[in-house]
Amino acid sequence: MAGLMAGFGNFTHAVVRAVPTSLAKEALRTNKLDVDLLKAQREHELYVEVLKHKLGLEVIELPADESMPDCVFVEDAAVVCGDTALITRPGAESRRKETEAMKKVLSDLNLNIVEMTDESATLDGGDVLFTGREFFVGLSKRTNQRGAEILADVFLQDYAVSTVPVTDGLHLKSFCSMAGPGLIAIGSSEHAQKALKIMQQMSDHRYDKLTVPDDIAANCIYMNLPSKGHVLLHCTPEEFPESVKVFEKLKDHMLIPVSNMEKAKVDGALTCCSVLINKKTDV
Amino acid sequence: MVLCQVTMLDGSQFTCEAEKRAKGQYLFFKVCEQLNLLEKDYFGLCFKDNADQKCWLDPLKEIKRQIRNGPWNFSFNVKFYPPDPSQLTEDITRYLLCLQLRQDIASGRLPCSFVTHALLGSYTLQAELGDHDPDEHRTDYTSDFQFAPNQTREMEEKVVELHKSHRGMTPAQADSQFLENAKKLSMFGVDLHHAKDSEGVDIMLGVCANGLLIYKDRLRINRFAWPKILKISYKRSNFYIKIRPGETEQFESTVGFKLPNHRAAKKLWKVCVEHHTFFRLMTPEQPTKAKFLTLGSKFRYSGRTQAQTRQASSLIDRPAPYFQRTSSKRISRSLDGAPVISVTSDGSGPLGEKENGRDPALELSSDSKDLDKTQDDVLKHQASISELKRSFMEATPEPRPSQWDKRLTASPVTSLRLQAQGSLEEELTSLFMSKASFSLGLVSSCTTTAGAAEGTLVAVPVGQRSAEKSPPRMETFLPESKDVAKSADNKQKSEAVAVATTATQPVVEIEETVIVEEVRKTPKPATSAIPEVHAAPTTEPQAAAVAAKEASASSDSESEEEAEYHPQITSVSVEQIKEEPEEEEQEEAELNKQQHQPEPSPLPQPIAETDPEPEPAPAPSQPVIEDGTPDTKEDAQPPMEVVEDDGIVEEEMMVTPEEAPNGYSAAEGQGLGSLEEEDQEPRVNGDALHVDTDHLPQVICCSEPPVVKTEMVTISDTFAAQKTEIATKEVPIVHTETKTITYEAAQLDGSGDGEPGVLMTAQTITSESLCTTTTTHITKTLKGGLSETRIEKRIVITGDSDIDHDQALAQAIKEAKEQHPDMSVTRVVVHKETELAEDED
Repeated sequence: MAGLMAGFGNFTHAVVRAVPTSLAKEALRTNKLDVDLLKAQREHELYVEVLKHKLGLEVIELPADESMPDCVFVEDAAVVCGDTALITRPGAESRRKETEAMKKVLSDLNLNIVEMTDESATLDGGDVLFTGREFFVGLSKRTNQRGAEILADVFLQDYAVSTVPVTDGLHLKSFCSMAGPGLIAIGSSEHAQKALKIMQQMSDHRYDKLTVPDDIAANCIYMNLPSKGHVLLHCTPEEFPESVKVFEKLKDHMLIPVSNMEKAKVDGALTCCSVLINKKTDV
Repeated sequence: MVLCQVTMLDGSQFTCEAEKRAKGQYLFFKVCEQLNLLEKDYFGLCFKDNADQKCWLDPLKEIKRQIRNGPWNFSFNVKFYPPDPSQLTEDITRYLLCLQLRQDIASGRLPCSFVTHALLGSYTLQAELGDHDPDEHRTDYTSDFQFAPNQTREMEEKVVELHKSHRGMTPAQADSQFLENAKKLSMFGVDLHHAKDSEGVDIMLGVCANGLLIYKDRLRINRFAWPKILKISYKRSNFYIKIRPGETEQFESTVGFKLPNHRAAKKLWKVCVEHHTFFRLMTPEQPTKAKFLTLGSKFRYSGRTQAQTRQASSLIDRPAPYFQRTSSKRISRSLDGAPVISVTSDGSGPLGEKENGRDPALELSSDSKDLDKTQDDVLKHQASISELKRSFMEATPEPRPSQWDKRLTASPVTSLRLQAQGSLEEELTSLFMSKASFSLGLVSSCTTTAGAAEGTLVAVPVGQRSAEKSPPRMETFLPESKDVAKSADNKQKSEAVAVATTATQPVVEIEETVIVEEVRKTPKPATSAIPEVHAAPTTEPQAAAVAAKEASASSDSESEEEAEYHPQITSVSVEQIKEEPEEEEQEEAELNKQQHQPEPSPLPQPIAETDPEPEPAPAPSQPVIEDGTPDTKEDAQPPMEVVEDDGIVEEEMMVTPEEAPNGYSAAEGQGLGSLEEEDQEPRVNGDALHVDTDHLPQVICCSEPPVVKTEMVTISDTFAAQKTEIATKEVPIVHTETKTITYEAAQLDGSGDGEPGVLMTAQTITSESLCTTTTTHITKTLKGGLSETRIEKRIVITGDSDIDHDQALAQAIKEAKEQHPDMSVTRVVVHKETELAEDED
């Protein structure tokens, strides 16, 4: 029997999107780094492999669209919780069209689709942290108050939605994510720690924290799969050796290092590259 | 005896009689008895006040004082939602909680998603109907139930699907499952209040078991857990919380919110005090002992805390009581045979009034077992109950975003001018700089002879109050109600009053009136042979006493404009529920600090003879006492003195010496007798007050023991500066000239058995020193062969600068005593006035 908040981390489906060649040159980025397209594509293939074969998720792979250099980062286009999917209105103008394909695929999955039509609202999925008990929405360069309000309208019914100012970094999840039920992985930077404090203050629940030295390494993907138990996709030792040591302390988790080196150059984190769905949610 | 009607959680009506003077708890216990409920501390009775707002009936106060003129109609509701219902001892308690939550959900007050609605609905079916029976339970059996504010066919289908899956679950288990899911909802047990933040943005403040939540639209934008909150206070329509400094901060900060009106601010404050006490403390805080010249509400939560009630219920040793689960839809099978009253609309009460406000879902209700003639009535009744409840809940039925928005925009708050920013500053100013431009007054309440000015004083608060009584009503709730016209009329009427008040006195704010009475009676040989018989003054003391009594009685309920509550109390008896040990210690430390500062003001601080510094010219604004006629409103107004303007302190003392024992006329005795009831402890106060005098006066403190720390008194007013324009329009009342009025007047004493006194002389003298203006009114009366001299002093301390008002007040009292060493102070009325109201401008 599934009640509220049962089965956190339990997913059956994943939506991903291929890397367009335009990513290398045209994808938005906060740093001026050169991206090796082939490496990025290879990286992404491995990522999809893990989801599909290692974890046995049903992966829906959308084709890349060259006119949308950032389209691989599907997370920003939709927030899915339970049976409901909120199609976002991404903060970056150039990314608004990415939601179209996302909306289609999510409708095909029979989710209740809510669209963010308000033109004053912006929201990137990367700013939405769902802890299993509540939502935190980062107010960032990409996400504004109105966007957060709309998310609250959609999900508050069952879950509290709190806002967290993101002072540095692109998204809220650029320095944090869930690493288990009630466990927040958080970067060590000052702004990351400050955001965590705010989240703790805003919450009626208690969270444990897993502090990793590197902010971006704090973005990991937690799943709780019937066949696998606790699963954690996290950065590789090549990228962040110190942070990996922290993850390795999680004894109950099945740890899967996944490289994200190239995509990280365009501010893509692990969670950015998929939208995870539980089609057998609840009841 | 008065007939009380209580709407139970299952929608049935419970009727019983109560003494006119019965306290809230009498009725509450009656209801609990009827329900067979032992774990009653989570519940309470609600009524609607004149402004149609839901209020909790205070168990310790007389019912009639709380509901005033309204009908004695109540609803039984959950007051404190236990965060973990599984810890409740009895199933019946959980059942009642379920009923409350079903109401909350159906009304939209507790929003849930489709899936949650369906899941919770399925547990409701399981609890009330048992296992799904394909024969009996046809497809539409669910339409008797309301699972959601906007229930769809699809939802009902989902409910049925889930109901089938609960096979074998007992009703108690189904209730438990219902609660286990409902408790996780983010708005579970959150009591929402409209407010504006410091920038005038509409927000909602939610009080819950863990603390205070701040919402903007539906977003949680802040949260203050109880351990973070050092002090909760309100002042007129402003609500403040003082926040413990964070790890990196050095200072406490105060966050201010603007509520729609004073009433709302006070209500929120009370809810906070109650929730904090109930959920965070082991035992309720003992009401603080009376301290002289402390102002504000003495309200504290008086019931058991959650910790206590849990302990008590762990001792419950009875077989689980039998009760029948019944949906509010099928009212005819009401709980324990509670009388079902078919309410026909007699228009006398809210039930009758709202009959048209139907609930569509309820309309569908068709209990085939009960198709007799009363069915219609029952339905109507149910509909009206549900409507009533809904309006009680102050929630519109649909939880959709637009509704939420509507709730916000429909808030009466919108018309208010913003001053939250200022308010915050105000509080901070007082906290850190103590730059006071406040006023504190001692005002005699018994000066009928003081003339027009006095009389008018009483009148003003009435208007003011009626203004407060008619905040914008939530019209939306009864749009089609038959009584709209009527209520509109009423509304108009009260608005008219409000307007009138506003016109005459646009800037007045009432502050708490605290009266300290001190009487010493000295037998004195009568100087006989006073030919004329004058009764006039004799009625004074009585009137005063009665008035004072009224003041004290109502001070807690209506009059006070501000109060504060220090959630972390030092009292040994009050332990906090352990949370983080370190924090506790820290709190303790904080507390001590706080305990020191607010020692009651007028304690003999080195007053000495220090002449107050030359007052830099009379403050831009002079005290004004508005003209008007003494109002005789039926709800016995306290002798509230309204002193207008910031920066003014008004004090008035009445010094009454030489009162012969037998001059203690019936009239007087009556009045004073009521005062003497409270003659218990306040001696300390009196002593403290007059510590430097020879007298050891007998003290009668007729005010309710004020508990609030005097720190509040020193709250400054940053609005003063903004107010000069308004203020200077006003006419100064206190003149510097000295005038003496001597007159002899007789008043027929209607009662006859009161011994009429003879007024011999009366004079009024006004004098002004540097920062105080003293108006002395002396009356000499002859009563039963004894002469009584009564001196009333009205001292106005004008202080828009840094003068220490407490000190000035103490000084004034001291001087008065020195001037009349043979007399004792019988009454001190403190009136303090801080700032001008901006709201009604």
